[in-house]
Amino acid sequence: MEKFRGVDYYEIEGLLSEDERMVRDAVRDWVEAEFLPVVIEHHRAGTFPLDLMPKLGEMGIFGATLQGYGCAGLNNVAYGLIMQELERGDSGLRSAASVQSGLVMYPIHAYGSEAQKEQWLPAMARGEKIGCFGLTEPDHGSDPGGMKTRAVRTTDGYVLNGTKLWITNGSVADVAVVWAKEADGEIYGYLVERGTPGFSTLDIHGKFSMRASITSELAFQDCQIPLENKLPHTKGLRGPLGCLDQARYGIAWGAIGAAMTVYDWALQYAQQRVQFGKPIGSFQLVQQKLVGMITEITKAQLLCLQLGRLKDEGKARPQQVSMAKMNNVQMALDAARLARDILGAAGIVDEHPIIRHLMNLETVNTYEGTHDIHTLIIGRDITGLDAFGM
Amino acid sequence: MKILVAIKQVPDTATQMKLGADGKTIDPTGITWIVSPYDEFAVEEALRIKEKRGQGEVVAVSLGPDRVKEALRSCLAMGCDRAIHLNDPAWGAADTLMTARALAAVVKQEAPQLVLCGRQAIDDDMGALPAQLGELLGWPSAYWIMEEAVDADGKTVRVARQVEGGLEVFDLPLPAIVTAQKGLNEPRYPTLKGIMGAKKKELKDVKAADVGLAAEAPQLSITALEALPPRPPGRIIQGDLPTAVKELVRSLREDAKAI
Ligand SMILES: Cc1cc2nc3c(=O)[nH]c(=O)nc-3n(C[C@H](O)[C@H](O)[C@H](O)COP(=O)(O)OP(=O)(O)OC[C@H]3O[C@@H](n4cnc5c(N)ncnc54)[C@H](O)[C@@H]3O)c2cc1C
Repeated sequence: MEKFRGVDYYEIEGLLSEDERMVRDAVRDWVEAEFLPVVIEHHRAGTFPLDLMPKLGEMGIFGATLQGYGCAGLNNVAYGLIMQELERGDSGLRSAASVQSGLVMYPIHAYGSEAQKEQWLPAMARGEKIGCFGLTEPDHGSDPGGMKTRAVRTTDGYVLNGTKLWITNGSVADVAVVWAKEADGEIYGYLVERGTPGFSTLDIHGKFSMRASITSELAFQDCQIPLENKLPHTKGLRGPLGCLDQARYGIAWGAIGAAMTVYDWALQYAQQRVQFGKPIGSFQLVQQKLVGMITEITKAQLLCLQLGRLKDEGKARPQQVSMAKMNNVQMALDAARLARDILGAAGIVDEHPIIRHLMNLETVNTYEGTHDIHTLIIGRDITGLDAFGM
Repeated sequence: MKILVAIKQVPDTATQMKLGADGKTIDPTGITWIVSPYDEFAVEEALRIKEKRGQGEVVAVSLGPDRVKEALRSCLAMGCDRAIHLNDPAWGAADTLMTARALAAVVKQEAPQLVLCGRQAIDDDMGALPAQLGELLGWPSAYWIMEEAVDADGKTVRVARQVEGGLEVFDLPLPAIVTAQKGLNEPRYPTLKGIMGAKKKELKDVKAADVGLAAEAPQLSITALEALPPRPPGRIIQGDLPTAVKELVRSLREDAKAI
């Protein structure tokens, strides 16, 4: 296959600033040279290339939109383009960056004390320290408000009890942002360091999706943490939802990256693969699939770009982020399925990136609010009526 | 120590070239432009020399139309301190000698101790410019360099070039011109902070008159460009193995004259 040249049917390139394009190109080149050569082996082994974390840090990928503490201070469009390029590599790579930036550095930056920021942000920006985000529990996924994990205040700190499940980078994280309820019934955030007595992790195996990413269970059994490890400036479900809003925004862009790669691959394949004496790309049914893909990718690109501009103006609403996450991940999933089909049997082996993206996107559809949960969020927003069934 | 790096903006290696309607130029539509890869080695080496010495200045310079600014800005993003853009319609059809004259004029103004270039640009693969520049300046120059070390007091540079079966080592008194071969180093990725900071660095437009050059006509002009003829299709020899092998040998001997 030819080198990836980007997918831009509507001259959206012209809507990006030079900085934004340079950021995107730098990350694209990095993914091409450093990540794509190793992804298949990690995907097969079910491992994540942890040695790349400091390299991503060196480039300035982590916490790229944050100000200070060694972060790059980029705008949201540039950040989105980074996520797009990372997910063009693999959803697992983008997940690692999303969790580190949106789900760990963001809450420490937004809700943390000065000491917490000093301790964690510069080291996490460099990729020397890794973070994870523990919200989901075995019995509470879409409904995190019902969580069972408890934090009980003692004289010199808190004692945590409970289990978190499906936690990206759980077992390799130096610090976990853990959400738990206190006696007042409200949700608060806590920083739990690896090695704290009473805190253990277990990796989840047998995944068919997001294989090049570590997913773990976190268990807290009378886990004692000091007072100063509580995030001082957050109370209630709004805290974790604020983090998810950041990460969902990145996912909406990331999905475009996955879709671009499967489209580009399927297009080239269709032009080269000959059946019945002609390239399969000359058949109307195959063209229809490719046209559908490029049309949906183009719409998704415009959706994200405008969302990013709104976010930079401080005007993006969480419901708008929901729409982009919902639409773009579904779009990418559909594109990956069509691309898989266009490749025929070749579409099921990992020599081609399509099946890997297709399987990954099943997770992306589910995490950070499932497709249907986002539908309910937008539904409630436009009708004023709540369909969550509470 | 001041180092000047001469870079050229070239079409990305992935670009599929199309001939322009006049048959003498390349159709620029759809081309992604990049810094020529050998020039990136030169930029990287300049930055390493500066970092190793703990002080100095790296100036990127390029001749070409407006779009070249983007290439210069990538050099700034990698870490160059400032950039000079030789941007004048008078240089529109510049051949390598005109380019070398313009660069020589800038070198005289800037007075660097070292000029680094890529061994050749990957568009037309001329590779003539560094030698012409060396000749115009009367500076020692060494090409296709794999290893480089500037001595502690900045008086000489030791360079090594790969030759059949070994390395050829030279000491050049500074100022000198050195061109980079693949293997000299591994160019860094621009960091995101570097990209954001690049905007704040100086990128100066320079016209021919600013460096005291009068208009001149290029001595080299392109008469025609031709696309490579399409590759003839391969031939699969059918039939049972002994006959097919015989036919293959016959064909290699008589048609292809390969054996
Ligand atoms: C690989 C991977 C990594 C993950 N990483 C993290 C992480 O780092 N941190 C973290 O906290 N979590 C993480 N998650 C968890 C993820 O966020 C949850 O899986 C997700 O929120 C859905 O929860 P659930 O799996 O319990 O599904 P459920 O909530 O049980 O949902 C099952 C189905 O029911 C539907 N449903 C639920 N409620 C309603 C309703 N009211 N109306 C209509 N339909 C409904 C859902 O849409 C879905 O189709 C990860 C998950 C995966 C797979």
